Amino acid sequence: MTSVDFSIVLPEFLLAVYALAALLFAVYTGKDKTAGLISWLTAAVFVVLAILIGSRSTGAQSAFNGMFVDDAFARFAKVGILLAGAAVLAMSQDYLKKHDMLKFELPIIVALSTIGMMVMVSAGDLMALYMGLELMSLALYVLASFRRDSTRSSEAGLKYFVLGSLSSGLLLYGASLTYGFAGTTNFAGILSVVKDGAPLGVLFGLVFMITGMAFKVSAVPFHMWTPDVYEGAPTPVTAFFATAPKLAAMALFARVLHDAFGGISSDWSQVVALIAVASMFLGAIAGIGQKDIKRLMAYSSISHMGFALIGVASGTVGGVQAALIYMAIYIVMNIGTFAFIMTMERDGQPVTEIKALNSYWKVSPTKSLAVLFLMFSMAGVPPMVGFFGKLAVLQAAVEANMTWLATAGVVASVIGAFYYLRVVYYMFFGSDVEPLDDTKGGVANIAVLVVGLIMLVGIINLFGVDTLALTAAEALVR
Amino acid sequence: MTVADYAFYLFAILLVASGLFTVVARNPVHSVLWLILTFLSASGLFVLLGAEFVAMLLIIVYVGAVMVLFLFVVMMLDVDFAQLRGGMAKFMPFALLIGIVVLMQLSIAFGDWTAADGSQALRAAVTPDLTEVHNTAALGQLMYDDFLLLFQLAGLILLTAMIGAIVLTLRHNPNVKRQNVMAQMHRDPAKAMELKDVKSGQGL
Repeated sequence: MTSVDFSIVLPEFLLAVYALAALLFAVYTGKDKTAGLISWLTAAVFVVLAILIGSRSTGAQSAFNGMFVDDAFARFAKVGILLAGAAVLAMSQDYLKKHDMLKFELPIIVALSTIGMMVMVSAGDLMALYMGLELMSLALYVLASFRRDSTRSSEAGLKYFVLGSLSSGLLLYGASLTYGFAGTTNFAGILSVVKDGAPLGVLFGLVFMITGMAFKVSAVPFHMWTPDVYEGAPTPVTAFFATAPKLAAMALFARVLHDAFGGISSDWSQVVALIAVASMFLGAIAGIGQKDIKRLMAYSSISHMGFALIGVASGTVGGVQAALIYMAIYIVMNIGTFAFIMTMERDGQPVTEIKALNSYWKVSPTKSLAVLFLMFSMAGVPPMVGFFGKLAVLQAAVEANMTWLATAGVVASVIGAFYYLRVVYYMFFGSDVEPLDDTKGGVANIAVLVVGLIMLVGIINLFGVDTLALTAAEALVR
Repeated sequence: MTVADYAFYLFAILLVASGLFTVVARNPVHSVLWLILTFLSASGLFVLLGAEFVAMLLIIVYVGAVMVLFLFVVMMLDVDFAQLRGGMAKFMPFALLIGIVVLMQLSIAFGDWTAADGSQALRAAVTPDLTEVHNTAALGQLMYDDFLLLFQLAGLILLTAMIGAIVLTLRHNPNVKRQNVMAQMHRDPAKAMELKDVKSGQGL
């Protein structure tokens, strides 16, 4: 333990200090009256930390005896997590205020869960992994039931909590089997002992850990909680669930598989590939019958996670790079879509029915157009950014001699396109129903338009995300 | 077999059996009592391993504090556990089947169990030399030095749990009458009460 260790964990440390200071400040001053201020402040702190982390250009460093790793991969994921968190906090303000949920604890819990995510993606040890994962999950359980007077929100929180604890238990059991074999919880140590083939016991441990992590990214067959939690939780919280934690869990997935089990990639790659195929197809098929747009987004995220897992399953630099690009695009698309869902209301009450979007273009042509771009991008229709994400993962699969996986991906994306296009169909050609309100102004409305534009402008160079993802992937896959 | 071996089997069998009864006991208070027995047996195993400090912690913290709190919660919350368990009988055969399958699969893994060549050395490498420091000091060094990051993160997790519990349960009720100590102490008897001399046989 030296001062170098502390300078490496500085961003996490600063965020923790900020969360404690904000908590004390709010409790001793105006309580919920300070909620707006603290939300904006938290978003600002996230952005500042993202800049701080993004401007670090040192190579891989590890702190606390290898327990915490700071490399390009961790930095990429952390910047994504922080910016996603800041965007969600900023665009949720109006919705929270309108529906009387603006409590000062919300941004603080978001900040605490973000610390957990940052530790997760930087974990260099099974114990640090678990601590980060639990910190994130515990905060998310609370957020899911944040609207405590609503039965659905409480149900969402309880369901998430019970299933999440079960998955944590499985992950811990897997970690204990791995420790039993390797004699160390350090990733580098595990890598050094399992590099020449793993016996059955350690494979059991690996599969248990994959189970726990697949639960966090809501991959099939551990996806059961997702639709209910997405539907029951308040919309801003759902927006948060769909963005930052997904990136953190996916980055953790890639880190554990490569940093600790990189030597036996042939053993885990087929397991991950199977999960990926199942997620893509279940997400694409089960989404068809959905009537609620938040449930639809849940199935959409299951399907997207399947695509990102294709990249992880490839087990190559290109694969990890593709998964990171895919996750970055997925997060931006989800921020736009959830910003739109937050603006959906009729007579001031939030509406989440898909049918309510009928003839929406008459209400707001510009927003309809932005949502059209978003939905086309989600479906992976060529001129939009989403297409390049899908292209990257499919290419990675082909290059890793997994053509069957790429083929399955193409088929699933065609099936999944149906429900995205249906949303667009309702908006432009649907029958007349009682129209939604034309909400104007506010961060959420601007976010819809900006993200819609990004879907189109981003195709020029993806804002350089692909080169950053390559540096990140090269740091992870050695 | 030595005495230590007998003690090990005694504690181990007690541990597993009382763990099972914790789950299947009908009365939740009995469940908590079985859980206390589980902790006592586990602390016996720790003593056998030479980790007296952890064994005592288990008894003092878990049995002495946590379990007593559990007992209070179980007794005070009026939850009808029998009703909650009503659905269990329906799923029992299926759950047993899955449990047995998982058990058999795990026995395959354990039947073929091997540890890596260097694992014993790696396992010992973390702890300070136990011939020089006793295990309580070693534990302290590990926890507050090597594992400082984890220790602090655990603190943050507990803080999150506390904030969460308050957010989800605290209700600010404006109609509650709270004690105002200063106001109480500054009451002036001359203003607060009025003495009336009531003559007998007359009202006010």
